[in-house]
Amino acid sequence: MPDETALGLDVVMLSRIQFALTIMFHYLFPPLTIGLGVVLVYLEGRYLWTKEIIYEQAARFWTRLFGLNFALGVVTGVVMEFQFGTNWAAYSRFVGDVFGSALAAEGIFAFFLESGFLSLLLFGWDRVGPKTHFFATVMVALGGIFSSVWIVIANSWQQTPTGHVLREHVVGERTALRAEIIDFWAMVFNPSTIHRLTHVWLGSFVLGACFVMSISAWYLLKGRHVDFARRSFIGALMLATVSSLAQAVSGHFNAEMVAHHQPAKLAAMEGLYETKAGAPLYLFGWPNSAERRVDWGVAIPSGLSLLIHQDPSAEVPGLDQLGPVYGEPPVWITFQAYHLMVGIGTLMIGATLVAWWFYRRGTLFEQRWLLWFFVASVVLAMVANEAGWVAAETGRQPWIVYPTIVDGVATGGLRTADGVSESVHADQVLGSIIFFGVIYATLGVLWLVLLNGKIQHGPELDEGDDGETVSERRHDIGMADA
Amino acid sequence: MDYPTLWFVLLGVLLTGYAVLDGFDLGVALWHPFAKDDGERRLLVNSIGPLWDGNGVWLVTFGGALFAAFPEAYATAFSGFYLAFMAALGGLIFRAVSIEFRGKVDRAWWRVLWDTVFFTASFVATVVYGAAVGAAMAGVPLDDRGIMASSTLEQIGLFSLLTAALTLSAFALHGALFLGLKTTGDLQRRTRTWAWGAYFAYVVLFLITTGVAVATIDRATKNFDVHPWGLIIVVLNFLAVANVSRCLYKGYGGQAFISSGCSIAALVFLFGFALFPDLVASSTDPANSLTIYNSASSTATLKLMALFALIGMPFVLAYTSVVYWTFRGKVRIDKHSY
Repeated sequence: MPDETALGLDVVMLSRIQFALTIMFHYLFPPLTIGLGVVLVYLEGRYLWTKEIIYEQAARFWTRLFGLNFALGVVTGVVMEFQFGTNWAAYSRFVGDVFGSALAAEGIFAFFLESGFLSLLLFGWDRVGPKTHFFATVMVALGGIFSSVWIVIANSWQQTPTGHVLREHVVGERTALRAEIIDFWAMVFNPSTIHRLTHVWLGSFVLGACFVMSISAWYLLKGRHVDFARRSFIGALMLATVSSLAQAVSGHFNAEMVAHHQPAKLAAMEGLYETKAGAPLYLFGWPNSAERRVDWGVAIPSGLSLLIHQDPSAEVPGLDQLGPVYGEPPVWITFQAYHLMVGIGTLMIGATLVAWWFYRRGTLFEQRWLLWFFVASVVLAMVANEAGWVAAETGRQPWIVYPTIVDGVATGGLRTADGVSESVHADQVLGSIIFFGVIYATLGVLWLVLLNGKIQHGPELDEGDDGETVSERRHDIGMADA
Repeated sequence: MDYPTLWFVLLGVLLTGYAVLDGFDLGVALWHPFAKDDGERRLLVNSIGPLWDGNGVWLVTFGGALFAAFPEAYATAFSGFYLAFMAALGGLIFRAVSIEFRGKVDRAWWRVLWDTVFFTASFVATVVYGAAVGAAMAGVPLDDRGIMASSTLEQIGLFSLLTAALTLSAFALHGALFLGLKTTGDLQRRTRTWAWGAYFAYVVLFLITTGVAVATIDRATKNFDVHPWGLIIVVLNFLAVANVSRCLYKGYGGQAFISSGCSIAALVFLFGFALFPDLVASSTDPANSLTIYNSASSTATLKLMALFALIGMPFVLAYTSVVYWTFRGKVRIDKHSY
């Protein structure tokens, strides 16, 4: 039954490509709006508290940028919801009882909240009082967070399923095996939910902070809206520092959790083909699955054993042991995505600490190279968020719902290959990949153009941006010659 | 009432909410090409500006609830109508971004581009919804595993085309009446002419569609034999439709809009009433149909979700009311508008 296109790709591969394409495009936006939501709440709260007009102006400016990102997050999110049914019908039949209820909860508890108060946030400035507006902002930010809660619960259940049983269910002339919830709270608080949720939130905060720092740093480099940009930058730097430091801790707990519950994913993330006592922790490398080794690797000896088991000589099972039981994930992609995420995270911690060091000496805004780094930081943070997602999703292959192990045999899961729609053909999926590819490429370009337009336009500040003050400020930040 | 029936009703409530609310903003888009100049077009877009996104959430929640409550039906319908769903997705994406992008660049060609996209996307979305209702009523070939085996061309029958046209006229009427409430002066006078045009199209298409359904589709009437009280809704629908013309004639804009909303709600009800207890009816062997019983999730999940709905829906209605109240009255263009 699995048919192929001219390129030799079957329905499963094409559906996976389509899912990867649409989720990665979608995932540019939710972390950004979750992070920016926190920034908006802070700014409007500060305005209500201090009555300083600059906070309100800042809130209005960042709200305009928030609105554009939010709109794209919503439309690409609808695609995700439909896609479970269109492309992954067999999967939907298997998990609907569990996964579907988390998705429905997201609709009832998060989407209505977000969309309702979003219109007050965007259009209500002159229609409702500042306190009501602040309340709307808080609700929109909460809506984004609630939304992430349900989605991460649903995804985490697929990674570390608990709280359900597999039962035969009668449909027409046939019976089908499916997962049914027996313990709702066990499903919600499955072993990976909290760790993964914390990781997603912190990643979102870092991204939101980098977005603000990036634009502020650019204004500082150009000598525009200097007072506004300085305040925004320092506020965001605080958020970025705390979040990226906390992210390192959260990352560690996640790695331990993965080692325990999804050992094949950990082995793929670290390129551990052979079971080893004193397993190394790679900084860089090029996994070579044909030769079963990591080429050009730079590693900390025994680092992995130490991190996971707090014992440098502990044995960590490799793919030689795990592969026959769990199947082998695509090692190269998992390894590189994981290392990209960790590398960028480390770089971000370093950069924020360096920024504070210069800040203490009072010369932060003179470090043009550092400001340029922060202009680019938003791209790095986005790449790190995406890479984390990719590592998590490729690392669980070949499973769409991860199995449990009984007597060395993987049972109870669902293989990705068995999850695709029975009635959809390869050429239909290929057609929709092209369809979404064209739409998303267009949207991506327009998004950047419009974002750039809003950034060039800048905040609407009532005072302080006349020529004289600007030149003084330029002098202040070492740009007198610019 | 058992839990599958409760969820059938709740899905009906979500679908009704969607059709009545997004119905008028899709309808506004259908009239968009008839606006005289850019100022009018901007007014039309901003009349639905703070509302359309929230209205769309009813559909998203309907999708999620269908997935959770009746996964077999969700999987069969979404994968079986693959191309139709892709078209609907295209419509939803382009509609949202055209509203968002239209006002962002001050160039004539830019606005013409997004105006065209806005109309086309809304038209496509409306047609797909309408045709889906027709296809569901007519039934689709299902095999003994409840999987749909038909090509896209086979899914577009005469009846689907009729229901698509009916939906277009219903939304156009609803949208024109909404615009009558949100606009003033010359534009408002013209929306009344639009409403009359849509009204006559709606009445004619409604009569033809009903006739064809009664004559050719057994499913359309069988439940009236068992539950004759369903005829009350038919009567109420006739009264609502008649009241639209009375109010239009007398100039009671608000009442006319509410009546057209009631008529749309009645259509959704009659659709569900005809389908019950099937969700995806098989046109080949009736034993293969996906009913609310063989496609439902476990009772524990349906109970749990009923609890979610009980907790969540009062909040949903509260937010919706607050937003509609805040943005009540005639549409004004200010610096926060699109």
